[in-house]
Amino acid sequence: METEVREEHGLAVAAFTGDIDFNSSPHARRVLLDLVEKKGDVVVDMSSVDYIDSSGVASLIEAYQSAKTSGARFGLVAVSGAALRVLQLAHLEKVFQIYDSVADAAARAS
Amino acid sequence: MTEAAGTRLVRLRVPAVSDRLRLIRSVVRDAAVISGCSDGCAEDIVIAVNEACMNVLEHGYRERQDGDLILDLAVSGGELVVEIVDFAPPVDPQVLRPRPIEELRPGGLGTHFMHECMDRVVFLTPPEGAGNRLRMVKRIA
Repeated sequence: METEVREEHGLAVAAFTGDIDFNSSPHARRVLLDLVEKKGDVVVDMSSVDYIDSSGVASLIEAYQSAKTSGARFGLVAVSGAALRVLQLAHLEKVFQIYDSVADAAARAS
Repeated sequence: MTEAAGTRLVRLRVPAVSDRLRLIRSVVRDAAVISGCSDGCAEDIVIAVNEACMNVLEHGYRERQDGDLILDLAVSGGELVVEIVDFAPPVDPQVLRPRPIEELRPGGLGTHFMHECMDRVVFLTPPEGAGNRLRMVKRIA
C-alpha cells in the first residue's frame, strides 16, 4: 500500500493506493490518526484503494471517532467496488460522509 | 479436506503471516471465478476467506510467525466449499458469533463479514495434529 498526504481545496487528504488490509492497516491507522490530530478536517481518498478488510475499516472508524471527538470533519472520497461492498457490509456507508471528489467534500463544507 | 467434497479447485499451504493475505485473496478470487462465480460472488468469498485467515493470524497464532495455514477450495453440489486448517491452539467456537453491527466500534467486524458473505460458517473437527478447521460454504449455482 502506498500513502500520499496532501492538501487539496483546503482539506487534508490522505490518499491510499492498493490494499488496506491486516498487513498495511496499522500504517493507515497511524497516518489517519496523526492527520486528524494535526490538521482537523480530513478526507480519505479511496479512489485507488482496491481492497479494504475489517482491520482497514477499524482504522477508518478510529479516525472518524477521533475527528468527531475533536469536532472535526472526517469523510471518504470516491469509494467504489470492493471497498464500497465492505463498507456496506459494515453498514457504514450511511455513517461516513462519502463524497464523489475532494472538491465535492470541500464544497459541502462551505 | 478429509472427506470427498466434489471437485477440488486448489489447496494452498502458506505461512500464516500478514503479507501472505494478498496472495491468498488472489488465489481465492481466481478459483472462485474459475468455478463459475459471478464477480460479486467471488468478491464476497474473498472477503470471507480473508477475514477467516486474519482470525488465524490474530487470534490463533497471535505473535507467532512460524505457523502455517492450509486453504482448500472445492466445488460440490453447486456450492463452493472453503476449508481453512491451522495448527494454532483450538479456539472457542463462540468466537464465530458475530456482534451487533449497530455498535460503531473498530473491532469484531470480521466475523460479521464472514456470516454475511457465506451461507454457512462452522468449525469442524480438525485433522490429527491440527488446531482448528473452519468450513465456509456459499451456493454459487
